[in-house]
Amino acid sequence: MYKKVTTPLDDGIVNQLKAGDLILLSGEIYTARDEAHKRMIESLNRGEKLPFEIRNSVIYYVGPCPPKPGQVVGSCGPTTSGRMDKYTPVLIELGLKGMIGKGYRSKEVIEAMKKYKAVYFTAIGGAGALLAQKVKKAEIVAYEDLGTEAIYKFLVEDFPVIVTIDIYGNNLYEIEKEKYKTNLKR
Amino acid sequence: MKVIEAKKITEIVKLLCIEANYELPRDIFKSLKERIKEETSPLGREILKDIIANAEIAKTQRMPICQDTGIVVVFVEIGQEVHIVNGSLEEAINEGVRLGYEEGYLRKSVVKSPILRINTGDNTPAIIHYHICEGNRLSITVMPKGAGSENMSALKMLKPSDGVEGIKNFVIETVEKAGPNACPPSIVGIGIGGDFELAPYLAKKALLRKVGERNTDEVIAQLEEELLQEINTLGVGPQGLGGSTTALDVHIETYPTHIASLPVAVNLGCHVTRHATFVL
Repeated sequence: MYKKVTTPLDDGIVNQLKAGDLILLSGEIYTARDEAHKRMIESLNRGEKLPFEIRNSVIYYVGPCPPKPGQVVGSCGPTTSGRMDKYTPVLIELGLKGMIGKGYRSKEVIEAMKKYKAVYFTAIGGAGALLAQKVKKAEIVAYEDLGTEAIYKFLVEDFPVIVTIDIYGNNLYEIEKEKYKTNLKR
Repeated sequence: MKVIEAKKITEIVKLLCIEANYELPRDIFKSLKERIKEETSPLGREILKDIIANAEIAKTQRMPICQDTGIVVVFVEIGQEVHIVNGSLEEAINEGVRLGYEEGYLRKSVVKSPILRINTGDNTPAIIHYHICEGNRLSITVMPKGAGSENMSALKMLKPSDGVEGIKNFVIETVEKAGPNACPPSIVGIGIGGDFELAPYLAKKALLRKVGERNTDEVIAQLEEELLQEINTLGVGPQGLGGSTTALDVHIETYPTHIASLPVAVNLGCHVTRHATFVL
């Protein structure tokens, strides 16, 4: 029931992904959350380059726990994506193809996803220990001083995600909630 | 009078921080398992299974259940006959947090200034609530609180005329609006009464009660049941991806209030509502 997908993504791949698809993602992905996004946008505003190739990349909204000796990474489940909404449309315009997080996205992000073909995956919030098992390599790419908020390059293998908003604007949060709503008063 | 060494408190807080983050309370674990049978959405059932598998991995591999190991909320109940020696209680607690987060490989998620946002690097300071009571016991509860659910929590000063319907509407709106962001299935902590600052404190304390336990007041217990049922008809479901398990339980704590007031606070707890207690 899972589809296997490998990064980097491109239009040909994201065209095929539909809201509700269960995906096992493999390849390189980049971690970034609040402060890293803020710095990336500040870099762009100064006319500087981003610390990694944004075109066709996937960003994972996560701040991992420190690894114990012998671990690649500590627990690393998704954080709430909505906090990155303000910074996201410009990254999508530059070629970002996928985001992994949890929770709602803004109208502006969804419009950018449709226009420039990018997909929003969610992973299970709070499943940090389980998801850490799927990360095979982790190296710091930028902003080391930010600690858990630094940008890491993760090599993931069969990392389980769900296509939650696709490039056609289908939103699994809305579709599924409507299906299971049995409340007649509200 | 009981004499307690400050360093003993540090040691206990350190162990509680690690234990709370590695091991899901049994009542929550049990409730998640029971909910699989009742969950109407196939995807919801799969998500619940993964949530359970995650808690098991964390326990056996001794690693955090969730990467958001939280800001540490500490509830201290201190008997008036307890005397703490060789150090300050507050510093002893913070030192325990510092050691626990370092030795337990837990994430440091606290920034010193809410404006400048520089990480303190050791997850201190904790948010500490002291309650002085009779006797010579010292009870320490550590609750690492993640921000996903905390950020979707809310407080409203209702009018007394809004009544029970007003309370229900506000609670349900808050849970529905939180949707996937609060990492459901949730434990919904509600504080009713008191004043502007007491209601959220009661809501937070309500999250400590075991899943499945009701308020001892019959009227409030009934309201908890009704809210739980209605919340689970919203369709939000596990992780907000649809289903009949939006909340595992609803806990309400109350306090007397002003004749003109009806404060209601909703503190959402995610499916990893962690806490651990030690009594000296």
